[in-house]
Amino acid sequence: MTANGWLQILIFLAVLIALMRPLGLYMARVFEGERTFLDPVLRPVERTLYRLCGVKAEVEMGWREYGVAMLLFSVVSLLLTYLIERVQHILPWNPQKLAGVEQALAWNTASSFTTNTNWQSYVPETTMSYFTQMVGLAYHNFLSAAVGVAVAVALVRGIARKQSATIGNFWVDTTRCILYVLLPLCLVIAPLLIGQGVIQNLHPYTTAQTLEHAATPQTIAQGPVASQEAIKMLGTNGGGFFNTNSAHPFENPTPFSNFLEILAMFLIPAALTVTLGKMSGSSGHGWAVFACMLLLWFVGVFCIYASESRPHPLLHGVDQHVSASQAGGNQEGKEVRFGITGTALFAATTTDESCGAVNGMHDSFTPLGGMVVLSNIMLGEIVFGGVGSGLYGMLVYVVLAVFIAGLMVGRTPEYLGKKIEAFDVKMAMLYVLIFPVVILILTAISVLAPQMGLSSLNNNGPHGLTEILYAFTSAAGNNGSAFAGLNANTHWYNITLGFTMLAGRFLMMIPMLAIAGNLAQKRSVPPSPGTFPVNSSLFTILLTGVILIVGALTFFPALSLGPILEHLLLQHGILF
Amino acid sequence: MAEKQSLWNPAILSQAAVGALTKLDPRTMLKNPVMFVVEVGSVLTTALLIQDAINHRPISFNLQITLWLWFTVLFANFAEAMAEGRGKAQADTLRKAKGETMAYRQKADGTVEAVSSSMLRSGDIIKVEAGQFIAGDGEVIEGVASVDESAITGESAPVIREAGGDRSAVTGGTRVLSDWIRIRITSNPGETFLDRMIALVEGAERQKTPNEIALSILLAGLTIIFLLAVTTLQPFAIYSHAPQTIFVLVSLLVCLIPTTIGGLLSAIGIAGMDRLVQYNVLAMSGRAVEAAGDVNTLLLDKTGTITLGNRQATEFFPAPDISTERLADAAQLASFSDETPEGRSIVVLAKEKYNLRGRDLTNMRVEFVPFSAQTRMSGVDLPGTSIRKGSADAIAKFLEQQGASLPRKVSDKVEEIARLGGTPLVVAENTTALGVVYLKDIVKGGLKDRLARLRAMGIRTIMITGDNPLTAAVIAREAGVDDFLAEAKPKDKMDLIKREQAKGKLVAMTGDGTNDAPALAQADVGVAMNSGTQAAKEAGNMVDLDSNPTKLIEIVEIGKQLLMTRGALTTFSIANDVAKYFAIIPAMFAGVFPVLNALNIMHLATPHSAILSAVIFNALIIVALIPLALKGVKYEPKSAASLLRRNLLVYGVGGIIVPFIGIKGIDLVLTALHLA
Repeated sequence: MTANGWLQILIFLAVLIALMRPLGLYMARVFEGERTFLDPVLRPVERTLYRLCGVKAEVEMGWREYGVAMLLFSVVSLLLTYLIERVQHILPWNPQKLAGVEQALAWNTASSFTTNTNWQSYVPETTMSYFTQMVGLAYHNFLSAAVGVAVAVALVRGIARKQSATIGNFWVDTTRCILYVLLPLCLVIAPLLIGQGVIQNLHPYTTAQTLEHAATPQTIAQGPVASQEAIKMLGTNGGGFFNTNSAHPFENPTPFSNFLEILAMFLIPAALTVTLGKMSGSSGHGWAVFACMLLLWFVGVFCIYASESRPHPLLHGVDQHVSASQAGGNQEGKEVRFGITGTALFAATTTDESCGAVNGMHDSFTPLGGMVVLSNIMLGEIVFGGVGSGLYGMLVYVVLAVFIAGLMVGRTPEYLGKKIEAFDVKMAMLYVLIFPVVILILTAISVLAPQMGLSSLNNNGPHGLTEILYAFTSAAGNNGSAFAGLNANTHWYNITLGFTMLAGRFLMMIPMLAIAGNLAQKRSVPPSPGTFPVNSSLFTILLTGVILIVGALTFFPALSLGPILEHLLLQHGILF
Repeated sequence: MAEKQSLWNPAILSQAAVGALTKLDPRTMLKNPVMFVVEVGSVLTTALLIQDAINHRPISFNLQITLWLWFTVLFANFAEAMAEGRGKAQADTLRKAKGETMAYRQKADGTVEAVSSSMLRSGDIIKVEAGQFIAGDGEVIEGVASVDESAITGESAPVIREAGGDRSAVTGGTRVLSDWIRIRITSNPGETFLDRMIALVEGAERQKTPNEIALSILLAGLTIIFLLAVTTLQPFAIYSHAPQTIFVLVSLLVCLIPTTIGGLLSAIGIAGMDRLVQYNVLAMSGRAVEAAGDVNTLLLDKTGTITLGNRQATEFFPAPDISTERLADAAQLASFSDETPEGRSIVVLAKEKYNLRGRDLTNMRVEFVPFSAQTRMSGVDLPGTSIRKGSADAIAKFLEQQGASLPRKVSDKVEEIARLGGTPLVVAENTTALGVVYLKDIVKGGLKDRLARLRAMGIRTIMITGDNPLTAAVIAREAGVDDFLAEAKPKDKMDLIKREQAKGKLVAMTGDGTNDAPALAQADVGVAMNSGTQAAKEAGNMVDLDSNPTKLIEIVEIGKQLLMTRGALTTFSIANDVAKYFAIIPAMFAGVFPVLNALNIMHLATPHSAILSAVIFNALIIVALIPLALKGVKYEPKSAASLLRRNLLVYGVGGIIVPFIGIKGIDLVLTALHLA
């Protein structure tokens, strides 16, 4: 670790904290339906859209109606994407004449983009046409992000409102999120990325004659990358235009573009904590939640940075120390232009934020570094998490933390004036349960099934276990990053991972919406000195503790046979 | 009743030991999902153990594991049985008070028949005479009697029960000491207050309270998570070529699921009810006890709760040219025959301040003039002098009749005292007004501190009084209540409760009169005084046998303590798992992967001793925490944040550290005894 590295991390934090507050307050205005500075331009567009679609913007929905609207919308867009993939060969913008996508893969990809996961079992540049990328996939990059934010806002309304039967209008929330938040931000970030050298065209692929292999010319993929890149990061989607994702020089050419991309994935999830504070009327609570997320994120960055900076124990006689003149540490699978700091920062952020874009190979991290990226996802994608989904996931943990804390201060628990009762706990536990259920059961089946689960595994031993565990964890957490080392483009993995992604998104959203609806209709108890404050540092510590304990207790046995065992064996010179 | 039993009362312990076994019935266990999982695990390992024994495989380790798993279930059952046993012991004393007594029932034709108390039905009329026991709960419809209620309240002084008014309720099992009363029975056998309370403390009819249900869901959820983590560990183990035995997997599972809180949860609830009984409070439901912990607003009646029931003389203000001694002397003389607390307080004040002792009145040919509603005065006639004391109006009239009048200075003083919330009594001797006695509401000793305690808990107190706002403000300030409602009529009290509840607050109040009944029913926690009317007792959800309104404070504390104990043990139980992982996981896999011994940070001797130590610790901690579960965690009135900080430190951080020490200790013992 170097002073330069830490300086980069600190500068990043300073920029983030400076930007998140105005954005968070702005989003609160957007979702409270108040006037914003973009109204003169966007309000007419918004009204026209509602008129065209027959949306009654002023009519609010109860949680069930909200959930049904969200599910219907998602199912229809999932089917649409599936269809586009299957028939892309007869659609325009396909200069490479790519064939229609095979069934299991098309299913997997449609599920993946609908759920904001962007798990990619395929190599984009040889599988998806420009049309599929722009209409089928980029469409979801906006919509799935907006759905996540809408649902999170609905939950915040549930917390803030008193004796209300409704939690907002799904169509309005989604539309306003895209129009007022995502599109304007993309319009700022995409040109900045183009300025750094990210490409934006519809050209056929370039064929280059290299000196080395004159007989086999190199094909250089092209495409409308910058426009996708902006929403890929802002919407914590993470699906790369190219197979190597943000490690590809056309997606992420410079340290500054790297900085921009990390910032873009961080921005909305962080700002949403400010929105939470504003809308719930307790800005202190918003900051306390942010502090918990920041703390967990920082520990992740620190651990990855520390373990990747260390010299490899089996490399002797080579100077591996990090210094001004050499990157040092474990450089395997990392881009030299980002270095260990840029990769650690990116890796911690992309796994915490449920983004899944990568600028390095997680499979090539040291066992401990790999364990941290895996653990980040295992915490449930609530450390900032996906846009919207991170906030509502975190709020479910807040409900649980408040429940235990409430008991310990001798009151029946209440959260910002709302009593937490059996129904809320039931839904919160359901939410918490679904995640490990899918991950552990499907991983267990995979490791026992040599034909289905193990045949496409490149590594054996604990490293192989980690690879499979990572795949299901990434899918359930709607992260989408791959540990690699596992070919997931098989029928077994395409189908099961597809279901895992849907479960990790929609099965978890429903109990969460139920909590939102249930909280909204409750009376609010005014705070007294006897109520446990949710805006204190003590609360932050408690919340962090609950998250770590639940996460650690659930996954420690699996981790001990995966990365922990691998790390210990590595010290004895055993590799996988 | 209300005796505190020693925690380790041998009779209760032996009963509980039997109870622990009978509770193994799976139908009973099913009510507690966490412990049910442990029982299923124990049955599974027992079956496998028998199989091993038949096949002559070594069983030493597996036998020990199986035994300790059974102990885990038994210890949890024991805790519950013990709490029930303590409740039963309370109930038995209550029941003894009831017993079977003879009742003299009045038939429709007016004749009286002797029946057993168990034959009485609601609506029956019985007559109870001096020396007889009252056969059932009821309401006095005729007569006045002094009643010994010590069997219920432990208070030896007899109380007056009379028809009409607010002291008409009688409780079965109490004894009439003098006179006779006619009582209308108000409950059928098995439905009396006592019966309901007996059922509650015995735990038989105990229903889970809302918060208990919510916590049970949390615990069930955690159990499922651990069930999942452990069952999927086997496939991972097989993949890693290190498969585990069922014994080890069940051990890991039982250690991880929250058995500590799962085993003690119902004991905590029963013990909470039990503690209330020890304070002589009967609660109608566990829900009421929980609500008590949440109370935001406490309504306190001024008279009897904040102030002593009666006003007391605190000062003498002589008229111009009259010495204070003369006034005091006359006032005392006029009050000797006055048996009211006010009259007595005048005698006492004169004695204390001016050392005026009682004198031999027989030689003075005195004639006492009792208070009458017509004159509204009382006093004494001596030869040649008549001394009177009474309200300013009455004395003014008395003076006018004799051609005199109340001096200006005296009537000014009267007004001033009235303004301050006191009651002025004017004393006159023949045609001379001697001065004014200041009677004042006296705030109960120690009340201020108790109200401060409530404030520290975040509870707002509101004093209810029929006095004018000025008077009310004076007392309110003196007592240290947060707010007051003056000139309150019964309806105002009701409105106040509704107003507070509309703001989302939980309201507690005490009451005894029939006109309190609607408000008692509306309040979230309504504590009726045992001395009050039947209507009040029916409307409230608790009854205080001592009829001490300030006991609300203890009730609130018991409610809070109950919730805190649950929270603390849940935290402790979950925090324990960290150490158990570090004991069991390396033990499971160190055979195949010796490098995993790096996780054996406790340096436990062998894999077998490590697993066994964790299982034993997990079982013993239940027993070790029974006293805490029954007594409740310590409660101090502090802000929520500081309470949480303390409890997190003790039960959270403590919960992480304690098992490391405990498991290591057990491991050392096991190794020394060559058990593993």
